[in-house]
Amino acid sequence: MRESDVITIKIDGRPIATSAGKSVLQVAKENGIRIPTLCHLDGLSDVGVCRLCLVEIGGKLVTSCTTPVADGMEVRTDTEEIRQHRRTVLELIFAEGNHVCAFCPSNGNCELQDLACELGMEEVRVPYSYPRNRIDATHPRFLIDRDRCVLCGRCVRVCAEVEGAHTWDFAERGRSVRVITDLDIDWGDAGSCTDCGKCVEVCPTGAIIRKGAATAEMEKEPELVADLLERRGDV
Amino acid sequence: MSKIRLATVWLSGCSGCHMSLLDIDETLIELADRFELCKSPLTDIKEFPEEGIDVTLIEGAVANAEHVEIARKARKASKIVVALGDCAVTGNVPALRNGIPPEELIEEIYGPDVTVNGNLPHEGVPRLLARVRPLNEVIDVDYFIHGCPPPAGVIAKALVALLDGREPQLVGKDLRFG
Ligand code: SF4
Ligand code: SF4
Repeated sequence: MRESDVITIKIDGRPIATSAGKSVLQVAKENGIRIPTLCHLDGLSDVGVCRLCLVEIGGKLVTSCTTPVADGMEVRTDTEEIRQHRRTVLELIFAEGNHVCAFCPSNGNCELQDLACELGMEEVRVPYSYPRNRIDATHPRFLIDRDRCVLCGRCVRVCAEVEGAHTWDFAERGRSVRVITDLDIDWGDAGSCTDCGKCVEVCPTGAIIRKGAATAEMEKEPELVADLLERRGDV
Repeated sequence: MSKIRLATVWLSGCSGCHMSLLDIDETLIELADRFELCKSPLTDIKEFPEEGIDVTLIEGAVANAEHVEIARKARKASKIVVALGDCAVTGNVPALRNGIPPEELIEEIYGPDVTVNGNLPHEGVPRLLARVRPLNEVIDVDYFIHGCPPPAGVIAKALVALLDGREPQLVGKDLRFG
């Protein structure tokens, strides 16, 4: 690092020397400061869609994963206001889907379930929407249960950015947004899918799973994306 | 010290939360003379008392008209109401039917093969709500105990706090759904 590249920021009052070009989230992580995340995954691009990594900079709430550090920046990661907003965001995510952890294959290994514990989500204060979503079990090895999809877009990004297949994408808008395969055809018929299973590993919930995984049997390895990129020399 | 007047209620649930409550084992024996069980599926008392309950634990989601009535009655009579388990907290398994009209469900489940008496029972059977709701959509809830069923240890932690007149401090893994 050249002397001139070094910048200094403050996170929760603590001065930190770092370098330009990193995100606030990344710098916080490197310095052992925990910011909750859901759509972020090391190795994938950051899109700031889940809104859980909110921090306060200059009196404004911004997503730390998409905000680059700048010299003299002062960041607060854990005020009462931030905690309230994160809680509300999480409640909205739960209310939007159908999360029945009791018989979910990801029960016990779920990033969403863990966030509810971490953020102290005792109850959901908005009415649940109980949507009727389509399950697609047409792929021979995997399936997607959209009831548990949190629209983080990890599957979309890993498929396009790492596998290069771009089978997954978003369709529609607003409350109707959902993830689709190819041009909204059955996953089993999606010709671009290479059956690599990366989407299964990165999906933070029990939405995309291996067929045959019963309650609490699904364990995933989202870290494999960063490992793979490192081995490819692609970091 | 006067005894805490406790009640437990079982709405649309599988009774697993009550089983887990009994699973507290010897702690329950230690706690037993600190409360009086005023209404519960574990007793033979028929009606929920009109008033004077300190703590009511409610298992299950609100699925029919009778559940609404019982929940409101329990709320009115109790100082503290606790949602016990995922069905009461989120709707959980009973809420899987939401989105399907109740008439269709009844027809599908009881319709084609009803051979005795030839028609569906109407009298004395509570009307199903259009959708199953978590307890906090129907009445104010003071505390929430997660889990399907909640682990006995978590119920014990909450119960001891409530009997001591403290807030149950359920944090971290205590709040795990499922
Ligand atoms: S995806 Fe996670 S939060 Fe949703 S039901 Fe499964 S374990 Fe629960
Ligand atoms: S299927 Fe999984 S990875 Fe894809 S958007 Fe939904 S929750 Fe995210």
